[in-house]
Amino acid sequence: MIEIAEVVVVILVATLRAGTPLVLAALGELIAEKSGVLNLGVEGMMLVGAVAAIIATLGTGSYMLGALAGTLAGIAMALVFGLLTLSLRANQVAAGLALTIFGLGLSAFLGLAYRDRPLDGLKPLAVPGLSDIPVIGPLLFGHDVFVYFSLALFAAVAWFLARTRGGLVLKAVGEAPEAAHALGHDVLAVRYLATAFGGATAGLAGAYLTLVYTPMWADQMTAGRGWIALALVVFATWKPGRVLLGAYLFGGVTIAQLHLQAQGVAVSSHILAMLPYVATILVLVLIARDATRIKLNAPAALGKPFEPGR
Amino acid sequence: MKLRIATALAALAIAAAPLAAPAGAQELKIGFVYVSPIGSAGWTYQHELARQHLEKTFAGKVKTTYVESVPEGADAERVIRRLAQEGNKLVFTTSFGYMDPTIKVAQAFPNAIFEHATGYKTAKNAGNYIIRFEEGRYLAGIVAGKMSKSGKAGYVAAFPIPEVIRGINAFILGMRSVNPNATVSVVWVSSWYDPGKEREAAEALIAQGADVIMQHTDSTAPVQAAEAKGVYAIGYHSDMSKFGPKAHLVASTHNWTGYYQSVVEKVMKGQWKAEQYVGGIKEGMVVMAGWGPMVPDDVKKLVAEKEAAMKAGKLAPFQGPVKAQDGKEVVKAGAVMSAKDIANMSFYVQGVVGALPKK
Repeated sequence: MIEIAEVVVVILVATLRAGTPLVLAALGELIAEKSGVLNLGVEGMMLVGAVAAIIATLGTGSYMLGALAGTLAGIAMALVFGLLTLSLRANQVAAGLALTIFGLGLSAFLGLAYRDRPLDGLKPLAVPGLSDIPVIGPLLFGHDVFVYFSLALFAAVAWFLARTRGGLVLKAVGEAPEAAHALGHDVLAVRYLATAFGGATAGLAGAYLTLVYTPMWADQMTAGRGWIALALVVFATWKPGRVLLGAYLFGGVTIAQLHLQAQGVAVSSHILAMLPYVATILVLVLIARDATRIKLNAPAALGKPFEPGR
Repeated sequence: MKLRIATALAALAIAAAPLAAPAGAQELKIGFVYVSPIGSAGWTYQHELARQHLEKTFAGKVKTTYVESVPEGADAERVIRRLAQEGNKLVFTTSFGYMDPTIKVAQAFPNAIFEHATGYKTAKNAGNYIIRFEEGRYLAGIVAGKMSKSGKAGYVAAFPIPEVIRGINAFILGMRSVNPNATVSVVWVSSWYDPGKEREAAEALIAQGADVIMQHTDSTAPVQAAEAKGVYAIGYHSDMSKFGPKAHLVASTHNWTGYYQSVVEKVMKGQWKAEQYVGGIKEGMVVMAGWGPMVPDDVKKLVAEKEAAMKAGKLAPFQGPVKAQDGKEVVKAGAVMSAKDIANMSFYVQGVVGALPKK
């Protein structure tokens, strides 16, 4: 009995860890998309954030500065995208894909000298007394700072979208940029801010990979997590709560199937490998199966350039 | 999702190469095609070490070029053809999926020589070469069997294909040769390369009681996971001890330098002939490297003895009696499994926990 509880705790802790980069990247993309900007460059921004973070941490010894460098690198990448799509009105899909390809190459280049240098990795917090309580200790008090930050970020994003004037302006810009413009809101400025926020969280998600999750740099180490974060936003019908649910569901099923295999359960590894995708999509589609509601949630001007002059 | 920007960059690099250094009259131009980025450890990295060795050994006599991250498929043919067109008289193609493109290009360039790794097709001007990887796995199994306290090993594996299954079987046979009750559990991550997932797989195995982690994936994350959890790990492809100084017992590494050097020498002397070359411990192509300080001398000595037996042809990983998981004897006592059966292996031997996933 105790053993089962221990394994469950191990799985749940690993789930939070596996879900965190997805939560971070997807929340940022959600804000960007709510403003009408579809940025497919998440994978590229994550990679550049990841490499910037490990370079900064190896150079300064500070994980805090590493996280900051990752965030700033993500913002820089996002601003390149913003310049292309917002100011120069390039096609967002093409520019986003280009950003990912650019990020793959740039991160591999910047990381050349850092491939051989593993980090110790940022350790989980240890709250004296509390972290040692069985079950509750590791579940509530045994994580690293990034996990708590991502949860705080989730709360902030949900509150911002639902309860603040700024959230209203953001949504207006994404739904009807002309109307928002006519009301005197600076559509481009809002979109730049939203895109930069998306870059910041993607960069931070990348930093999580190199500073905590697998504390080293290796080419293309995001291994598709940026794309999963993108898909989560759509399947979560642009709702932060569902993004959180989807990210942890995806992480949880991935971890659980690895543990099942380790126990020698005789299910095809191909089916198990598929499971996280199928389960996440199924659950999110089922809770959002009302087509009209999906349409209402999808930003009407998503992916469309805005020309203030017209 | 692996977008291959590096391919494009490398293609540019090739285009620029002739401008940078005009080939001397007597220089042998040699091209290498790599399937992944070179990195700091792993499959491609080992080939790259051999290429650098050629540059040093034959300084002034050879001029080498490489293209990294070349996907297996249509793109590979384009890259190989390009290398041949640029006057490379010897081209090494270093991944299984390059087999058909290599043969095709070889037919179009009868004056160039091609060498393909891990395949089985040859042509008049195209040979191939492969390593008996299973010998290293078997020796690693002996080390794991000696060092494990629980007698349980964990194996982080990519895909259930014969090459990987063979490694798992050889590993547990080696482990059981010193600890008859040893078992190995396998977790398939369905990817050759995903550091995050490889780490989680290793942790899942450790949570189940495994205290030695073995891998058949490309990143160093399993070694790192073992280090963090205070258990042992065995590296693959390359010495991975940097990523787990307290965990890394040893690595079964591939050494292509000797073979590449002999091919180049033969080509220079005009004595090269197409053949199917197989090398292992005996030929120095499998090397146990990166011994950790925690491994006692008697274990190293035992491994050295087994290596000597392999060199003398007295020991093979799949030497009878070998029993499949269901108890059926697949190799009789005194017999050795045929190369063809080893190549097509699709069953687990005794000691592997769980069922082999159906294809």
